[in-house]
Amino acid sequence: MALLDVKDLAVSFVTRNGVNKAVDGISFSVESGKITAIIGESGSGKSVSCYSMLGLVPMPPGRIDNGTAHFQGRDLLAMSERELRGVRGSDIAMIFQDPMTCLNPFLRIGEQMIEPLVHHRGTPKKEAMARAVELLGEVGIRDPEKTINNYPHEFSGGMRQRVMIAMALINEPKLLIADEPTTALDVTIQAQILKLITELQKKRDIGVIFISHDLAVVADIADEIAVMQNGKIVERGDREAIFENAAHPYTQKLLAAIPAGSKVSAQRDDEPLIRVKNLKTYFGGEENLVKAVDDVSFKIKRGEVLGLVGESGSGKSTVGRSLLRLVSVTDGQVEFDGTDVTRLEGNGLKSMRRRMQMIFQDPFASLNPRMTVFDTLAEPLLLHGIEDRKSVSKAVLTLMEDVGLARSALRKYPHEFSGGQRQRIAIGRALATRPEFIVADEPVSALDVTIQAQILELMQTLGKEYGLTMLFVSHDLAVVRHLADRIIVLYHGRIVEEGKGDALFTNPQQEYTQQLLSAIPGRSLLEAS
Amino acid sequence: MNDVVLQRIDDAEEGTSLWQDAWVRLRKNHLAVFGLAVLLFMIVVALLTPWIAPYAYDAQNLDLGASPPSAKHWLGTDIFGRDLLTQIMFGGRVSLAVGFIATSVALLIGVTYGAIAGYVGGRTDAIMMRLVDILYALPFMIFIVLLMVVFGRNVILLFLAIGAVEWLTMARIMRGQVQSLRQQEFVEAAVSLGLSPATIIRRHLVPNALGPIIVYTTLTIPSVMLLEAFLSFLGLGIQPPQTSWGLLISYGAETMEEYPWLLIYPGLTLTITLFSLNFLGDGLRDALDVRGSKD
Amino acid sequence: MKRFIAIRLLQAIPVILTVITVTFFLVRVAPGGPFDSEKAVIPEVKAALEAQYRLDQPLFSQYLAYLGDLANGDFGPSFKYPGRSVNELIGAGFTVTAELGLYALLIATVIGGLAGIIASLRPNTVQDYIPMSLAMIGICMPTFLLGPLLVLVFGIELEWLPVSGWGDIPGDKILPSITLGAAYAAYIARLSRAGMLEVMNQDYIRTARAKGLPEWEVVVKHALRGGMLPVIAFLGPAFAGLLAGSFVVETIFQIPGLGRFYVQAAFNRDYTMILGTTVFLSTLIVLFNLLSDVLAASLNPRLRHQYEVGGMP
Repeated sequence: MALLDVKDLAVSFVTRNGVNKAVDGISFSVESGKITAIIGESGSGKSVSCYSMLGLVPMPPGRIDNGTAHFQGRDLLAMSERELRGVRGSDIAMIFQDPMTCLNPFLRIGEQMIEPLVHHRGTPKKEAMARAVELLGEVGIRDPEKTINNYPHEFSGGMRQRVMIAMALINEPKLLIADEPTTALDVTIQAQILKLITELQKKRDIGVIFISHDLAVVADIADEIAVMQNGKIVERGDREAIFENAAHPYTQKLLAAIPAGSKVSAQRDDEPLIRVKNLKTYFGGEENLVKAVDDVSFKIKRGEVLGLVGESGSGKSTVGRSLLRLVSVTDGQVEFDGTDVTRLEGNGLKSMRRRMQMIFQDPFASLNPRMTVFDTLAEPLLLHGIEDRKSVSKAVLTLMEDVGLARSALRKYPHEFSGGQRQRIAIGRALATRPEFIVADEPVSALDVTIQAQILELMQTLGKEYGLTMLFVSHDLAVVRHLADRIIVLYHGRIVEEGKGDALFTNPQQEYTQQLLSAIPGRSLLEAS
Repeated sequence: MNDVVLQRIDDAEEGTSLWQDAWVRLRKNHLAVFGLAVLLFMIVVALLTPWIAPYAYDAQNLDLGASPPSAKHWLGTDIFGRDLLTQIMFGGRVSLAVGFIATSVALLIGVTYGAIAGYVGGRTDAIMMRLVDILYALPFMIFIVLLMVVFGRNVILLFLAIGAVEWLTMARIMRGQVQSLRQQEFVEAAVSLGLSPATIIRRHLVPNALGPIIVYTTLTIPSVMLLEAFLSFLGLGIQPPQTSWGLLISYGAETMEEYPWLLIYPGLTLTITLFSLNFLGDGLRDALDVRGSKD
Repeated sequence: MKRFIAIRLLQAIPVILTVITVTFFLVRVAPGGPFDSEKAVIPEVKAALEAQYRLDQPLFSQYLAYLGDLANGDFGPSFKYPGRSVNELIGAGFTVTAELGLYALLIATVIGGLAGIIASLRPNTVQDYIPMSLAMIGICMPTFLLGPLLVLVFGIELEWLPVSGWGDIPGDKILPSITLGAAYAAYIARLSRAGMLEVMNQDYIRTARAKGLPEWEVVVKHALRGGMLPVIAFLGPAFAGLLAGSFVVETIFQIPGLGRFYVQAAFNRDYTMILGTTVFLSTLIVLFNLLSDVLAASLNPRLRHQYEVGGMP
């Protein structure tokens, strides 16, 4: 018998605008000692289905319409709140996406960790603390006797997620629900946490539900995979069945969205368009000086796409912003077509800005919420005198067509669009002045995977069409490999390795690059393709 | 911009701006709509008072003395036989004027100061905000009492003094807004397009900072009116022959045992006005989705 | 934490100095000398009086002398009550005002805090609407209106409670304390509701529920501390407001407190008394602000951490 057997679960939300079926009759099961992954994009109902079984969906507005969820033979959905409380944190434990916000910032981690043990088992506090120390050690926290008295903010993101895992395991649960536990983490940390979860799960023979938006993440760890779309499970099967013989078109689309392969780049020996020499960008005063970019030099040839890879805090975004003079450069030169951009002022700078543009990470923050698509796209055209007031609307419509926006979007405001559409608007704005050089700063990392693939494709097409030179900044090696001719790896503000996409991937020279590469989730998939 | 051009693009659907969305949300909030209606009514009455007041402002009727509400005097009369409704209407002109003018003073100083500090940033910002911190720590209520004592009870001084207290919070809010907006990517995008700082402030910063400013303005007016009434009650604000709601309440309180209507009606008027403003402010806060500007 | 307190104390010094300086010169430039109203004062007597109060010296040396007196805790003699020092007057009034303020603050925090928490547990239900409507009334009903109304209803009509005095008849402290505390109870109710609602939406509350903790423990152990931070930070400003409010309440209920003295001194142009009271109350308010900041910071481990590591608050 399965550890957890969910049948025909249906959950809806009653709002002022009607009833929204978040989960629409799904069935799946979890075995002890196995990992079942539920994959879906935001809004697919993957989290709601698990939260509703445990009574963690606020009702109202939530409502369970139908279904059973038998856990060790008892139906969770038929339990009273009191009975459910007895299960939560005892036989079923959870870990969540953002370890920064999931721990109570006001309490020491020890106090938080022992709560389930004290509450469910009545263990004396001292004994519970000893157990917590033991577990902290097991999940790889150094010096647990001391750190158990620390507050959450004293840990890094990865360490906090380890604390969360230890806390979830303190009652030796039978089932662990992990809701996007690695999404907020850097890729190398993600690899460590994934490894930790699988090790602990095997050792304790517990069942795991692993919720994720990213097929690649679960490629190496899941035994069973269920793919969700619009509240329904569209496909379910073991790992091989999903990855090798996906039947449903949506699953195939998800698989196709995993960026694979390297770009085959044409040989070029043109003069470089961009020449960066000894670039240094420091922040802060003397006391707390941050060397965000510390002596970086590189060139980008005309028409080339240069990938810039690094983890959060590596200084990769600052490099992009320094090139465009969005932050002030401490020292060094940025030559654009023979002119040193760092020395430009006034009109010289303004006309240079026309030739260099940027696409930002967060499509929700990068558009002025009080300006229509028309206003946003017309602003650069009018500012640089590319079009006059009479001809601007035609130019705007052409631009919208280029980036794949309907004409009806013209007078709409950003909040009326989805993330992918907004990113199209932002791309349109960047291309409006017909720039020669574009800095794309993580342009797809805030998007769902299938949308990600569409935007990347759009950027590739437009790149060719507009003859763009590009600096593509990303933490995602797979995406960069797919798009870039050459790749630079940045670590603590310095370049640690530089090379052609394939060469870097197959034969990394530096230890840090090797670590980064081995941390790529679903590496087996990439190699197979 | 470019409305002329836009009219030619006939197949484009109309979008709804955040302002329109907010207006729709506000209209659904009955209390806020009620507040807005009451407020508009009060303003219209205050503007028209010299023409529509039932009696002359200084018309006394010593023979009548204090009389309870009647057909002739809807809200009764005071001990000099003056019509209370007329008194309340004229008092409202002063009370509302203090509310709006002192708030405008606060708005003007606070928004400019806050915008400059937030946009310039760095050391200038640190110094400007440290100054605000120091002023914040001063016990202003006591100071206003002091000012009123030292310089006499002067309405203009009252406007300035109250405005000088309230601008501090306004400056803090504006600075916070500008600072957080400056870090938004759309402002960076505007910089990278080559827009001048003035254009960025006008087109990208101000429209987005407006929501919290409007909300806070709506909530400042009642607290200013309360402050004026407070001072008038103590005998340190408006002086006869001028009157205000606070002064009327003060007189009413002295004689409330014999003539309770002299306390109750001015009190009711002030309370209803404060209610309306607060309802409207709360409603605007929800509609514009502004977080924690005052509580 | 020590560093934080030290920084705040240092910051308080210029504030208090500013208060003293501004008040001193304001009072001195005020039109009309303190003895002008006394009828037919013999010139010799006037000169003697002025010498006694150092009015014959240059303004700046008067200022320095006053600072010197203050440093010794001496607020100087009263103009209006010859023979009595400002210290005595403040001392007598303040014990009464402090007691009144304390009761009002207790009413405000206990009733307001509880109402806000109760409302936040079931937002947008009757349990939320009733306390919040009452809070709205409390905010819109000025102290100087609530006081007379309470007197009218409970004192004059129902004759349940005495309507004036302080500590003379049993029960005479009830109405003034309620009058003074009501507006702040309303304010604190709104603050604590907003604070609690914000915290209850945090991810760590979901974590606490996922551990199977009963709801009351989730609220008390996990939500309360974060939710009450804004209230604690508000206590400083609330104290300043309560002191100002005591002017009105003490006038209405004829309580011989510092607030009433201050207003009387303002009318009588008793300049040393105004000066002394302003300096005294301001210092008190500044210190109370400091206290509430320190309390709020000490309840927030992250802030505490920041201050320990260093850097300006």
